[in-house]
Amino acid sequence: MFRWITIVVLALALTGVGVWGYKENQDKNAVLIQAENNYQRSFHELTYLMDLLNDKIGTVLAINSKEQLSPELAEIWRITSEANADVGQLPLTLMPFNKTEEFLYDIGDFAYKTAVRDLDQEPLSDKEIKGLRELYKQSGEIKKELRKVQNTVLQDNLRWMDVELALATNENTEDNTIINGFKTVEKSVTGYSENESTNFPGGSHDLKKINHLDGEDIGKDEAIDIANKWFEKQSASDLVVTKSGKGADVPTITVSFENGDKSGYMDISKQGGHPLNVMINRPVKESKISLYEGGEKGKERLEKLDLPDMEMVQSSQYENTGVYTFVYSEDEVRMYPDAIQLKVALDDGQVLNMSALDYFASHHERDVPKPSISEEEARKQVNPGLDIQQHHLAVIENNAKEEVLCYEFLGTMDNETYKIFINAETGKEEDIEKLKKAEMIFGDTV
Amino acid sequence: MGIRKVIIVIAALTMMLFPSELDFEPNKAEAFSNQVIQHGATGDDVIELQARLQHLGFYNGDIDGVFGWGTYWALRNFQYEFGLEIDGLAGDVVKQKLADASEYDRQFVKEQINKGKDFTYYGGTPKAQQVEDGGQGNQGGQQNQQQEGTKPTAVNVPNGYSQNDIQLMANAVHGEARGESHVGKTAVAAVILNRVESATFPNTVSGVIFEPRAFTAVSDGQIWLTPDDSAKNAVLDAINGGDPSGGALYYFNPNTATSDWIWSRPQIKQIGKHIFCK
Repeated sequence: MFRWITIVVLALALTGVGVWGYKENQDKNAVLIQAENNYQRSFHELTYLMDLLNDKIGTVLAINSKEQLSPELAEIWRITSEANADVGQLPLTLMPFNKTEEFLYDIGDFAYKTAVRDLDQEPLSDKEIKGLRELYKQSGEIKKELRKVQNTVLQDNLRWMDVELALATNENTEDNTIINGFKTVEKSVTGYSENESTNFPGGSHDLKKINHLDGEDIGKDEAIDIANKWFEKQSASDLVVTKSGKGADVPTITVSFENGDKSGYMDISKQGGHPLNVMINRPVKESKISLYEGGEKGKERLEKLDLPDMEMVQSSQYENTGVYTFVYSEDEVRMYPDAIQLKVALDDGQVLNMSALDYFASHHERDVPKPSISEEEARKQVNPGLDIQQHHLAVIENNAKEEVLCYEFLGTMDNETYKIFINAETGKEEDIEKLKKAEMIFGDTV
Repeated sequence: MGIRKVIIVIAALTMMLFPSELDFEPNKAEAFSNQVIQHGATGDDVIELQARLQHLGFYNGDIDGVFGWGTYWALRNFQYEFGLEIDGLAGDVVKQKLADASEYDRQFVKEQINKGKDFTYYGGTPKAQQVEDGGQGNQGGQQNQQQEGTKPTAVNVPNGYSQNDIQLMANAVHGEARGESHVGKTAVAAVILNRVESATFPNTVSGVIFEPRAFTAVSDGQIWLTPDDSAKNAVLDAINGGDPSGGALYYFNPNTATSDWIWSRPQIKQIGKHIFCK
């Protein structure tokens, strides 16, 4: 009797577990299929877009009238940005595919700049047409390779989830067809960019280069001396000194310490011993000084660093700290590329953070010309709906990455504030920016 | 004696000549702190500044406790109309002039802010008409809040970022670098921003964070842990220009990294457990 009861109970339990397990498995499969489908969509869309891109570049080469050229180039720009978005949704981060992404970005960049350019004034140059022919050939290659991969994927029912798994575990990546296909694509682009990048029209996405550092190389002891000016009362034994590896844009010596809830970190350029990056972290108490006073403390700090001509252009308070942007200014001309950002603790005025990479990357002796148009003339270039309140002279870096002298106007329209830069040589509107308002605190109004 | 008379007369004359001085003395004591208020500041002084400027009709924006551009232009207009130096800074002279020219009903303004109501504070209009009904009222908690002090109803946000973007990044940083130092966290946040800037990664913060297999914390769900303040501070430092990673686009933990490719990247430096590379 007892035995039978046990058997029945166990049998019921087993069935229950079986049903539950089956349901779980079903759910898991549904989620996996969902994820797989997302990958498949991105992948097939990408191959389609590369096809389209190739066609469009081919079309542009044959276009003769300027009225047709601009819309087609705008279309290319749209296609490349969509293709790039698709790449971003595929699990390709852990494998080399960045050359292809750069390639897409470069085409898009060139297409955009050319599309917005006045082609009547400045038609496509021979060099650019030659570049476009190269792009055409190149995008044809990519298209062909991707179509091949796509064909295999469809023929053999390959799954992107396997790619993801292979990349995550770093196993079997050699015999995964999709991965190999993408590697081939990448290789063809790499070959291109090594040979042809010099001809590339407008392809410049170099990260900041530091060209304007001066001074002799410093050693470890000097680095500690420099750091001690920032870290108050730290004994030398607490300081950790390391040197940057070979991947660094600019060789630095890093001095850091950690002491309870206080820590400090500082990157000093090896050449010249300039402080590129300072971060001091400690709990900041209730603010005792105003944002204004904090800015004065920041300015004093910069003066001590022998940077006397810095002008504050922006300030914001975040709870008990103030964040400031200073730019170099000479004869009342603001040099926006030479910017330093500071964070000051508003409890005792200590400078906590400094980011001076931009300053040291771009600061150099400039031969600033006199503006060739008057302020009145420049004002006429501004939208008449704007009520101009303030103006300065400023040097900014424009879209073409050139430094230009501009009139900087601050104006208002319908309760919004705008910053407008008008080229002081040509009267061209170089840049316009709507300045951000403070944001209301969501869900915290009670 | 004559001298006594003279003193009385002088005193009387002084009172006649400077009646406002005496009248405003008690008022002044509770007006503003003695700090100079400038663009970007937040807090009680800013609330008072905005309320007073609105009372005089210079300021039409929300009284939210953040010295933004609207407040800046209002202050400059005030300085212009009252013949002061136009610099957009609220120093002693400006604050005195403002306090003399306007009224400030601290209790009314703070009550409205604490109740979360939409309100204005123009002079010449009865206050009751300037409060919108139906704000998220919390009558019960009002008394307590009055004692705790009033918080601004808005915050400064770095150009191009919302509080929610910062929150999302803080989530990612917390998931990725929970045990790291402040510098280690800031470096991770800086890598996210460097990727947004880079041509080879998506162009938005969310695109970078949710790129498949880009961050382990996203893949295994750790991104949805509640981040602490240190993660948020690290994100703010990174957005405000701090980049201890040296312009890195990748980082990995040498103990757990499985990809050969990541080891082949040129390395910049190691911070805590992470190696940062190009």
